[in-house]
Amino acid sequence: MYKIIKKRELNPTVTLMEVDAPFVARKAEPGQFIILRVDEAGERIPLTVADFDREKGTVTIIFQIVGGTTERLNHLQEGEYIHDFVGPLGEPSHVEGLKKVAVVGGGVGCAIAYPVAKKLHALGACVHSVVGFRNKDLVILEKEFRSVSDVYKLMSDDGSCGEKGLVTDALKALIEAGNQYDEVIAIGPVVMMKFVSLLTKQYNIKTMVSMNPIMIDGTGMCGCCRLTVAGKTKFACVDGPDFDGHEVDYDEIMKRASTYKDFEKREREKACNLFKKEVK
Amino acid sequence: MPNMSLKKHEMPSQEPQVRNKNFQEVALGYTAETAVEEAQRCLNCKHKPCIGGCPVKIHIPDFIAKVAAGEFEAAYQIIQQTSSLPAVCGRVCPQETQCEQKCVRGIKGEPVAIGRLERFVADWHNANSCDLPVKADANGHKVAVVGSGPAGLTCAGDLAKRGYEVTVFEALHLAGGVLVYGIPEFRLPKTIVQKEIDNLKALGVKVETNMVIGRVLSIDELLDEYGFEAVFIGSGAGLPRFMNIPGENLKSVYSANEFLTRVNLMKAYKDDARTPVLHAKKVAVVGGGNVAMDAARCAKRLGAEEVYIVYRRSENELPARAEEVEHAKEEGIVFKFLTNPTAILEGENGMVRGISCVEMELGEPDASGRRRPVEKAGSDFTIDCDCVIMAIGTSPNPLIKNTTKGLETQKWGGIIADEHGLTSREGVYAGGDAVTGAATVILAMGAGKTAAEAIDEYIKGKYQK
Ligand SMILES: Cc1cc2nc3c(=O)[nH]c(=O)nc-3n(C[C@H](O)[C@H](O)[C@H](O)COP(=O)(O)OP(=O)(O)OC[C@H]3O[C@@H](n4cnc5c(N)ncnc54)[C@H](O)[C@@H]3O)c2cc1C
Ligand SMILES: Cc1cc2nc3c(=O)[nH]c(=O)nc-3n(C[C@H](O)[C@H](O)[C@H](O)COP(=O)(O)OP(=O)(O)OC[C@H]3O[C@@H](n4cnc5c(N)ncnc54)[C@H](O)[C@@H]3O)c2cc1C
Ligand code: SF4
Ligand code: SF4
Ligand code: FES
Repeated sequence: MYKIIKKRELNPTVTLMEVDAPFVARKAEPGQFIILRVDEAGERIPLTVADFDREKGTVTIIFQIVGGTTERLNHLQEGEYIHDFVGPLGEPSHVEGLKKVAVVGGGVGCAIAYPVAKKLHALGACVHSVVGFRNKDLVILEKEFRSVSDVYKLMSDDGSCGEKGLVTDALKALIEAGNQYDEVIAIGPVVMMKFVSLLTKQYNIKTMVSMNPIMIDGTGMCGCCRLTVAGKTKFACVDGPDFDGHEVDYDEIMKRASTYKDFEKREREKACNLFKKEVK
Repeated sequence: MPNMSLKKHEMPSQEPQVRNKNFQEVALGYTAETAVEEAQRCLNCKHKPCIGGCPVKIHIPDFIAKVAAGEFEAAYQIIQQTSSLPAVCGRVCPQETQCEQKCVRGIKGEPVAIGRLERFVADWHNANSCDLPVKADANGHKVAVVGSGPAGLTCAGDLAKRGYEVTVFEALHLAGGVLVYGIPEFRLPKTIVQKEIDNLKALGVKVETNMVIGRVLSIDELLDEYGFEAVFIGSGAGLPRFMNIPGENLKSVYSANEFLTRVNLMKAYKDDARTPVLHAKKVAVVGGGNVAMDAARCAKRLGAEEVYIVYRRSENELPARAEEVEHAKEEGIVFKFLTNPTAILEGENGMVRGISCVEMELGEPDASGRRRPVEKAGSDFTIDCDCVIMAIGTSPNPLIKNTTKGLETQKWGGIIADEHGLTSREGVYAGGDAVTGAATVILAMGAGKTAAEAIDEYIKGKYQK
């Protein structure tokens, strides 16, 4: 059992939790993830290690409430326990040796991008962060991002904060302005990663993306998380989650992610009913 | 006077058309009367050929004699001297190629139902004896076991009985290995596995779940920082293989491991389960082993109207236990022998609409001694289905190999260990599927036993110097 030390609502649909998990905190690196089960009957879901404190033995997760499990997780309070919490899983992001990087985050993907930006900054790299949200109410981690970025570009779909437009617009402008990046790191919705990769391909800039297919064990045992990279089948939980953005088959990933749509809808409704919440 | 009936006593079972809609155990077990009568078929042969067929050398005629005399607990005590998981092995051992194959009664007629008797004795003991195992006096030495499948559980139990302080590290949230995530409830009820794990805990074994060794802790850390004097690796062979044919990453294509994990470990067959599984109408399972049979029978139970086993060799080469094949057939699974998939076809929404196959014929024997299947030219055809499950084998997960310096492995990933389980690293032992590749429960158990002995000698030897 893993105690929730701190809980904070970042926006109405995104929550941060700091969890007591000393074994995970000891080894965690940016880019890695954990798998948790909320309770005895729970489903296993992966969440990225958003931050960690080796001394305190805690790990921070930031999650968006999208379905049954995240709904149930969000219902736990400080001082309560998460049943299972295993990690760190996956390969850490390779950021050593990079001098100038554009970190692109979309929505809750910013939670995954932030620890990478933080580490790059700590290693002395020049970090340009480009983050996008649908509107101003959904912005997360602004202060945190600013503190580790040399340039911070905030974009919104409706112009209610930052500039109106997509992250790809901002990234393109930065590249056109003469910024030479060793690498672009893009983390967010699959479509966003796909379009960032298409853009950077034109300029021949190496691009890493973080893949989040459906997972179960997270150790390479089930093959549920497989995806095609450069024509070969890879398991995101052990070979990734980071992959070369120019090699990933995004359309296949989008299809596979929709496998359990109907079931997920029912589960979400069940969880909402349980907590007497309106189903959105 | 022995019972000279040529036939084994039949196993009472749920009716095929009833059981293929539920997940309760198929075989119901002998009654005490049937067990005694079946036991009387044993001739108590002087040279005991049956024992030679059992990988852990259970004293078969001795325990059967006790059953015949109605002394069931005494029978259990005999089995228990050499086997630590009789309730499991009695259910899942491929008896027809092991103990029962060697039985004299099998020359003319059917062999003695050794497996069924073993199961009866173990179940009788579990139901009637409430003695918890006695904890041995601590000897002050610590051993770590990686993986909680039959290899790890047996090794842990044997060491605990010798007084070692044993901790089992398991990657998943539940202990039991393939016994809980792979083999379905209707073949091996999970309460039986849980009972074995509870027994271990009563012996003082600590079970730490959610510990992926190689990520959370390394083998070297266990030895150098956590004070374990030896480590046993029983991490199994869990990495699923795919065929690398077109369409394999379509939505409704599963590895057998994924499908079975969803159904068994995550209980997706229950209505209120939180982990989803597709309930397909027509399912093609590729492969011919126990894993394929289990996947096919689970798919049927989830409501599939048609389930095919697609296997590239002939019926004679099927590696699955005879009983599972028979049960699968009774439950309405259709076998397509000498058939090899070439592509999986995409239908609507990225789902499967069928599987393209070619017919095969058997040529010369290959390295495995089985006749090699070769394609018949121009024999392509399609099987309509909306889900495909790949059950073509697994290999050891490379995680431990990649994170343990100096641990030597075979090219295909198996950890190299000598006949005592010792690896290329001092104090590091291994056994079960992690060493042999996918094999059987009883072999894994035997390897755990052998390694426990070797670890005991190693640690004692170090301190007696
Ligand atoms: C490596 C990795 C890291 C991730 N990190 C984060 C993170 O830091 N913050 C965050 O908010 N989300 C993260 N996700 C996504 C998160 O796992 C899903 O949002 C979550 O599983 C949804 O579960 P649910 O039951 O609430 O929703 P559901 O209604 O079940 O699903 C909603 C969507 O989430 C995805 N999903 C469902 N089940 C799983 C599963 N078992 N594994 C993976 N995806 C699933 C599917 O695409 C699905 O359409 C990550 C995913 C992966 C693979
Ligand atoms: C579906 C199916 C049906 C089968 N049917 C039969 C049958 O009828 N009869 C029969 O005799 N055999 C059968 N087998 C084979 C048999 O189950 C295996 O040979 C046996 O379980 C091997 O035991 P093991 O202890 O070596 O490994 P496993 O049972 O595979 O256990 C290994 C354990 O180690 C854990 N692990 C792996 N890596 C790590 C790590 N890095 N850190 C911590 N833990 C780790 C795994 O999660 C797992 O729990 C079947 C197998 C399958 C998959
Ligand atoms: S353990 Fe297996 S092989 Fe040995 S006697 Fe029992 S059923 Fe036969
Ligand atoms: S070979 Fe058969 S009949 Fe002979 S002792 Fe063994 S089980 Fe009994
Ligand atoms: S989640 Fe099972 S193999 Fe990756």
